[in-house]
Amino acid sequence: MIQLFLRDIGLSVRSGGGFGLALIFFLIVVTLIPFALGPDQAALAVIAPGVLWLGALLACLLSLDRIFGLDFEDGTLDLLATSPLPLESVYVAKASAHWLTTGLPLSLAAPVLGVLLNLDYETGKILCLSLLLGTPALSLIGAFGASLTLGVKRGGLLLSLLVLPLYVPSLIFGAQAVRLAGQALDYDVALVLLSAISLGAAAILPFASGAALRINLR
Amino acid sequence: MNSTPIASTLSDRFWRLANPKIFMGWSSKLLPWIAAAALASLCSGLIWGYFFTPDDMRQGSTVKIIYLHVPAALMAINGYLLMFVGALVWLIRRQHVSVLAAKAAAPVGMVMTLIALATGAIWGQPMWGTYWVWDPRLTSFLILFLFYVGYIALWAAIEDEDTAADLTSVLAIVGAVFAMLSRYAVLFWNQGLHQGTTVTMADGAKQENISDVFFQPLLLSMAGFGLLFLTLLLIGTRTEVRARRLKVLQARERIE
Amino acid sequence: MMPDLGKYALEVNGSYVLSLMVLGVITGLYVKRSRAVRRALAELEAAQDA
Repeated sequence: MIQLFLRDIGLSVRSGGGFGLALIFFLIVVTLIPFALGPDQAALAVIAPGVLWLGALLACLLSLDRIFGLDFEDGTLDLLATSPLPLESVYVAKASAHWLTTGLPLSLAAPVLGVLLNLDYETGKILCLSLLLGTPALSLIGAFGASLTLGVKRGGLLLSLLVLPLYVPSLIFGAQAVRLAGQALDYDVALVLLSAISLGAAAILPFASGAALRINLR
Repeated sequence: MNSTPIASTLSDRFWRLANPKIFMGWSSKLLPWIAAAALASLCSGLIWGYFFTPDDMRQGSTVKIIYLHVPAALMAINGYLLMFVGALVWLIRRQHVSVLAAKAAAPVGMVMTLIALATGAIWGQPMWGTYWVWDPRLTSFLILFLFYVGYIALWAAIEDEDTAADLTSVLAIVGAVFAMLSRYAVLFWNQGLHQGTTVTMADGAKQENISDVFFQPLLLSMAGFGLLFLTLLLIGTRTEVRARRLKVLQARERIE
Repeated sequence: MMPDLGKYALEVNGSYVLSLMVLGVITGLYVKRSRAVRRALAELEAAQDA
């Protein structure tokens, strides 16, 4: 399982692997927002938490179909299915690799990009923390969606349609935590609930995804 | 002489009803009655509510929207519950009729969610001043609507019937868990901003010690919506059962 | 006969018209599809029995 994990990371970092794509997308989105909404510093600071969370979430979406797609196309996934490694573990390994190459960099980049939106340092720290706690859920849920739409040709849009509603609880708690922090209110509850979603996803989605992978590989 | 054991337990007899042929049999007998009852209760409920109820002190005549909004909202949730149960039964017992019922229920549930959303927004407009406010209940229904769309889209995207049934059932179950999660998330999100915020329309109506004057036509209307849902569910499931048989026959044609 | 809906006439009537229309459409679609599938199945079964 560790080997699969490392292999996926290596694959994504290599050229053409899409590693920097998510970060660049994130940067572009955050840069576009002031152009769209006007440079009023106070207004930007208010919407910054939501925009940054949403930007990270959308950036995660970009690389979801690669999680299983490439291996499915060249037959590697069938090979993995016959190996002693259960498909549930394949899912966990791949989702973890996705998080490490997408969620984690996004979380670290977010406070830096927050500067563009007039986000102060203290709030930026909570933003980073909330993303670190929340993006695992995004990778897990995204990988689940990818396992469902595996056989669908050009299923990228369908994948987004399935995954975005599932992202809503994480988005709500994550952005809310940062907003509360910005207003110097208590944000602990939001972070706890956010983590609960990530943990819950880690607990139940491997089985759902394993089932979906098995169904698609029949 | 009779080699097959007689289905004697209650459970066996219940599951026999879900056998496609037997289902077609009892559903065809039941359908006209359900449809008639739906028409009767829906018409009487809505006519009573529209014409023969007074206006509310605060909300004026917009309270009449309750006869559409509340039943639709109830059916929207029931629809998803039904899909959840159907999906579960399929994954456990591979009962075709139940997963086809889930498939048939989805568009109806989606439409009910749409009606709940539209009437909720229209109802809220005079009160809130805008058509949309991120009220917890309306937001939950928006998310529910998206879940319905995703489920229907997945059914449509997969060619093999049984694979589609399997994958959509997995989605329905995970979706149900997240739908419940979303409900609480949205409540938290909205209340977190304004403590003790305005109660939603439906709650407000119920809390105002809703007198029989309002409540009885509402009950009729709820029955009407429920029976209509059931009617469409039966029609839809029968169509899906036939469609499946059609596909089988068409495949047989191609082989011969 | 028509109740005095006051200033909210548009909202209330709009809701009723919209909802009934939508319900009508979905019912119509379901019935239409039911008939089409039933016909196709009957034709195919007749052809295969022959």
